[in-house]
Amino acid sequence: MDYTRELPVVEGRPHPAELDATIAAPLDQFPTRTWWIVLAVTLSFLSFGAFCVGMTFYKGLGMWGINQPVAWGFDIVNFVFWVGIGNAGTLISAILFLLRQRWRTGIARFAEAMTIFAVICAGMFPILHLGRPWLPVYLMPYPNQNALWVNFTSPLVWDVFAVSTYLTVSFVFWYVGLIPDFATLRDRTSSSIKKTIYSVLSLGWRHSNRHWQHYERAYLILAGFATPLVLSVHTIVSFDFAVSVLPGWHTTIFPPYFVAGAVFSGFAMVQNVLIFVRQAFNLKHIITLDHLEKMNKVMIVTGSMVGYAYAMEFFIAWYSGSQFESFVFLNRALGPYAWAYWTMVSCNVIFPQLFWFKKIRRSIPFMFVIGILVNVGMWFERFVIIVTSLSRDFLPSSWGHYIPTMYDIGILLGSFGLFFTLILIFVRILPVVSISEVKAVVEGGQPSHH
Amino acid sequence: MNEQHLFSITALFETPDEIIHAAQETQKAGYTHFDVNTPYPVHGMDRSMGLKPTRLGVFSLVFGIIGAVSAVALMTWVTSSDYPLVIGGKPFWSWPAFVPIAFEVTVLLVAVLSVVTMIVLYFKFPNISHPLHDTPYMKRVSSDRFGISIEADDPAFNEAAVREFLKKIGGKDIAAVHYDLEDLNHGQRMFDPKFIGVLALTALLVSGATYIVFNQLLFMEPFSWMMTQSKLKAQRPSELFKDGIGMRPPVEGTVARGFLPYPFKGKPDEAGKNLVNPLLSTRDVLDRGKSKFLTYCSPCHGNFARGDSRLRGQFPNPPTLHSDKVRNWPDGNIYHVITEGQNVMPSYASQISRDDRWAIVRYIRVLQRAQNAKESDLK
Repeated sequence: MDYTRELPVVEGRPHPAELDATIAAPLDQFPTRTWWIVLAVTLSFLSFGAFCVGMTFYKGLGMWGINQPVAWGFDIVNFVFWVGIGNAGTLISAILFLLRQRWRTGIARFAEAMTIFAVICAGMFPILHLGRPWLPVYLMPYPNQNALWVNFTSPLVWDVFAVSTYLTVSFVFWYVGLIPDFATLRDRTSSSIKKTIYSVLSLGWRHSNRHWQHYERAYLILAGFATPLVLSVHTIVSFDFAVSVLPGWHTTIFPPYFVAGAVFSGFAMVQNVLIFVRQAFNLKHIITLDHLEKMNKVMIVTGSMVGYAYAMEFFIAWYSGSQFESFVFLNRALGPYAWAYWTMVSCNVIFPQLFWFKKIRRSIPFMFVIGILVNVGMWFERFVIIVTSLSRDFLPSSWGHYIPTMYDIGILLGSFGLFFTLILIFVRILPVVSISEVKAVVEGGQPSHH
Repeated sequence: MNEQHLFSITALFETPDEIIHAAQETQKAGYTHFDVNTPYPVHGMDRSMGLKPTRLGVFSLVFGIIGAVSAVALMTWVTSSDYPLVIGGKPFWSWPAFVPIAFEVTVLLVAVLSVVTMIVLYFKFPNISHPLHDTPYMKRVSSDRFGISIEADDPAFNEAAVREFLKKIGGKDIAAVHYDLEDLNHGQRMFDPKFIGVLALTALLVSGATYIVFNQLLFMEPFSWMMTQSKLKAQRPSELFKDGIGMRPPVEGTVARGFLPYPFKGKPDEAGKNLVNPLLSTRDVLDRGKSKFLTYCSPCHGNFARGDSRLRGQFPNPPTLHSDKVRNWPDGNIYHVITEGQNVMPSYASQISRDDRWAIVRYIRVLQRAQNAKESDLK
């Protein structure tokens, strides 16, 4: 292989009109039978989740397995898990944009959409956890008749700001990227209803270079601000734990450790879903094997960082000389939740090491299975952190054991149902690849003196 | 058929190199009101078109500063002035805790307001009735062609010359774009019945939804605001007890705190003999006695216990307490009268606590001595 020149981001030299046709194809056809079957499956998960959420609304949090001392159970585990999944999208669209990684263009739109859906899933859990989930407005600081304010020095309030800002900014980023594509779709559709919808959504975009100039600057500004935002979101989520005094939570390694884990699981999820998308919509020349390989490389880096964090936690537990810290970590590896701990270690640290082999890195079945394992492992990581620390804290007299109920599991399944339902709808009604960005990185797409 | 106005002359080009060249030529030829439309941003186009750098970054800076300052200001005011809370013994104004929220608000304002500024101020969007919309030219530049559009309001515009110029620099599909004033104004009529209708419908839907959510939905089960609870409440019926009463009477013979049964009922002399005032004649006791006397006794007995009632004959006046009889009574007798009542005077046992009654007795003694002072008392 010739490594002296950069590989083309898009394979072949597709004509721009061909790209339009390929990317817009799913939007113009009636969905296939497979799509309906998959939608039926995800909708059944979603309805089961909705039933469990409804019971939680009606009967209260007693339906869940949480109690003293483990007052944070599946709800917070799922929240952290989904926020982590959501971290990949804006990382791809913002950080990789600033680093001029042109390969991001093929996957950025999809990853951004995934971010928004994952953050929606994530946001559901703390609200359900409120106990009176119909009053989430109390989380926001607003002048009210009770003359009360939220506690601005609490990490839980920081979380409200971090997650809602992240959702809003990700949505703005996504929508700004969609504007030129809406205009392209508007100009190629023959249906008048679609045309009206796309016209409104495109806001009247004319592909004018007097507009592109500001547009590109706005994109740069968004990327510049979204980059620290991506890092801040999971940092602040980790503060929920790190700012407390519980052994196993009260550590300064949490912010970088959480961010690395979030990128790790987010990339695994993007990679998993893209494998199906590129197959189903004939996008193999736009989302190439090189893209997937690059994502696998990101996973091996972040997976090793996570592995380093696991080791460092043990070292610090011993080095601190605190008997509570040492106990918590020994208890994680050898205690009642040891099965969860070793699931986490093998899925997050051991299996991803297979990506050192190029053959495995480029093999679709292998990377798919490892991607799933990574997400299983990352889910268990949050479970281990939250449940083991809470169930065995300072006083043995207040120890407890956490067992989730059907409603806990139902809401977890429901969140997966919601996520994949939104993705299935998204791939049918919006272009999964940014048309204007991909056209710009096709060979010959830019003037020759550049 | 309405009058058609010429908007611009357009030409299409096939490659990015051609459009860069064409833009440079157009700028050189002295045209200023022209636009280049490309399906994606072409590198180097700003320079070729002679565009000034965008000022969007300045707006973003201003929004960022507003976000950071307002977030810190709100948190400062709330935590140190309006609603101070002691948390972990830290100072009210503990700035490190403000960093995350100040950062998030800054990013939020920059992202949202920069995009809104770009769309509204720079693009003048939404505008879906521009003359170029729906032209064959727009359909091509949306997909795979690069186009130049030289507008009719350019000072150097001359239709024939522009067509000639575009042909010379290699443009294909040269075409004129027209617009109809009626069409352009259509979207901007404030009193268009459709627009008014949409506004009215939106108002109706929003207010209706708000009403249903905030006045109905939020008060349905299970959102009962904890008003409906399965516990037993006083004053409510209950099926648990035979008598169907929720609130239970105390067990027979229960003695409430501070309400020991009075053993000298109907025996004033024995009370006088056996009871001893447990309170000393201290300033505190006398102040308390004065306060209770003025509250409960003075309406009938008068402020100085002379029997000068303030009730103006609506209730029989009691005799003065400065009579020899009362002055020679032991404390227990006065206490007995307050507790039991006498003639038309009712019992005050339920209004005045035992200690307060004794304090009143002490105060009455003071009044008696003051009203009948001896020479020796004045020395």
